[in-house]
Amino acid sequence: MQRTVFRSWWLPYVLVFPQMAVTMIFFFWPALKSLQLSLYRVSPFGDSMTFVGLGNFTKLLADPEYYRSVVNSLVFAAGVTVLAVAGALVLAALATQKIRGLAAYRTLLLWPYGIAPPVAGIIFLFIFHPTYGVLPYFLSFVTAYEFNWLLKGWVALTLVIAATAWTHLGYNIAFFIAGLLAIPGAVMEAADVDGAGPVRRFRSIVFPLVSPITFYLVVLNMVFAFFESFGVIDAVTKGGPGDATMIMVYKLYKDGFIGLNLGSSGAQSVILMALVIGLTMLQFRFAEKKVTYR
Amino acid sequence: MSAVGAGQLERVRVVEVAAPRKKPFPSNAVVIHALLFACIAVVAFPLYYAFVISTQDIQEVVQRPPRLIPSSHLLENYAQAWRKAHMGRMLLNSLVMAVAVAVGKIVISMLSAFAIVYFDFRGRMLCFWTIFVTLMLPVPVRLMSTYEVVGTLGWINTYQGLAIPLMASATATFLFRQFYLTIPNELAEAAQLDGAGPIRFLFQFLLPLSWANIAALFVVLFIFGWNQYLWPLLITNTEAMRTVVIGLEELIPRTGTELPTWNLIMAGAMMALLPPVAIIIFMQRWFVKGLIESEK
Repeated sequence: MQRTVFRSWWLPYVLVFPQMAVTMIFFFWPALKSLQLSLYRVSPFGDSMTFVGLGNFTKLLADPEYYRSVVNSLVFAAGVTVLAVAGALVLAALATQKIRGLAAYRTLLLWPYGIAPPVAGIIFLFIFHPTYGVLPYFLSFVTAYEFNWLLKGWVALTLVIAATAWTHLGYNIAFFIAGLLAIPGAVMEAADVDGAGPVRRFRSIVFPLVSPITFYLVVLNMVFAFFESFGVIDAVTKGGPGDATMIMVYKLYKDGFIGLNLGSSGAQSVILMALVIGLTMLQFRFAEKKVTYR
Repeated sequence: MSAVGAGQLERVRVVEVAAPRKKPFPSNAVVIHALLFACIAVVAFPLYYAFVISTQDIQEVVQRPPRLIPSSHLLENYAQAWRKAHMGRMLLNSLVMAVAVAVGKIVISMLSAFAIVYFDFRGRMLCFWTIFVTLMLPVPVRLMSTYEVVGTLGWINTYQGLAIPLMASATATFLFRQFYLTIPNELAEAAQLDGAGPIRFLFQFLLPLSWANIAALFVVLFIFGWNQYLWPLLITNTEAMRTVVIGLEELIPRTGTELPTWNLIMAGAMMALLPPVAIIIFMQRWFVKGLIESEK
């Protein structure tokens, strides 16, 4: 756990000071401040504060717009996670078959992680563009339905989900390739000798062996989708059309910075904090599991 | 006895028959290669298309059916996007922010992990858990109040405002801690016998052993810093301090009067995404190591 070789009453404090200073000033203090704000009603200019107890929370939970943002966030996170994790597993499973060129394929598959979700969003925005985009153009041969994200909420939501999932792919593929390469070759050969086909091998051997990684990636993709997706919404849809892509993080920003409703944004912060604590706990249960498996 | 022998013989025969199946059938491999190519084509299409658009003039961009091959206007589009959106300045800001965040995270994490592993001091576990809890406090959950703190410090529109608040890093600290724990205790004891104090031990013994980890972390953290959006959006409000990922949005007109010049927007997008993508492609080994090991 630890090696205590050196002795000094002051040096360790100097060494941890920078990390502790940043943590206290920019993490703990603001988090406590958010907790405090969530219990007050604050005037827009911040000059008067009235204690309202859980008033901000009850108001928020009675607000259909807030429910809408919660549902949007869940749909968004689920869509991104399913697409990015399932897609990555299929691609990684293909790339780690006994074929030549794994290194080249890995290079060709990892790079989407480098694209910031808002930049990906802008590229997808043009692909989905109702007048000039390639996607509506080719879809127009198949159906008369108008895939206009400016008018139809579900198209807008699909757009931001696709763009975000695209950027998550590289990350997930890196983990799946590492996990799949760690499966002992003898196990697969034994199954092969027993006559198990590729689908059966995948279902009975590969999937159970990578399931801890899958679980970990599901949690991590959810965290990313919930907390790091402000950019793609802001750059592309700004929450619209209507509030079809208004996710929790974007609503928090809008209510706080644009609506200057500090009490409500504080309460929203606290709810998000509870969510991220829950997800982090889940993630670390996986870490414990991984230790016992290996 | 003979029955066992016969069974073994039979098993050998079965393996011999099965042996060619283990080697990839040419046809099987062809199918897998074809599937992979198809998937990669789908995954790469948005990037290819963005590049194609960035090489066309506006007539080609809007023509129907869409033109899916590059044209000859690459240089003029990039030059025009560069001027119009002040790309040079924005790329510089992104570079400063990404390098500062990556280096800052690495330095302060290395120091705190060193203290936690090699010293026994009051509050050691408290420090450890404090660092751990930062994992649960992403920017959105402390949005308004962090902005207020940065404002109080007078750091709005400054590089320190962009970089320093993002420098706390639980994952980097844990990575260094794990790494230090794999180094035999004898090394520190030997260094001590040689009369090396803790600081000399850190710089002359631990640092040279840590370069692989530092390179891997740097790649991952550089990309993290480069791709930040919410934080620079809050902390900067002048054009001169915008980073490229947020500045790009300004190429898209939101008013109805101006037609969007999609070729210039895509040229800007290509310039914004090229540095991190190039780093992943050319430093793939460090990238994968950093990604996977910092999550343990």
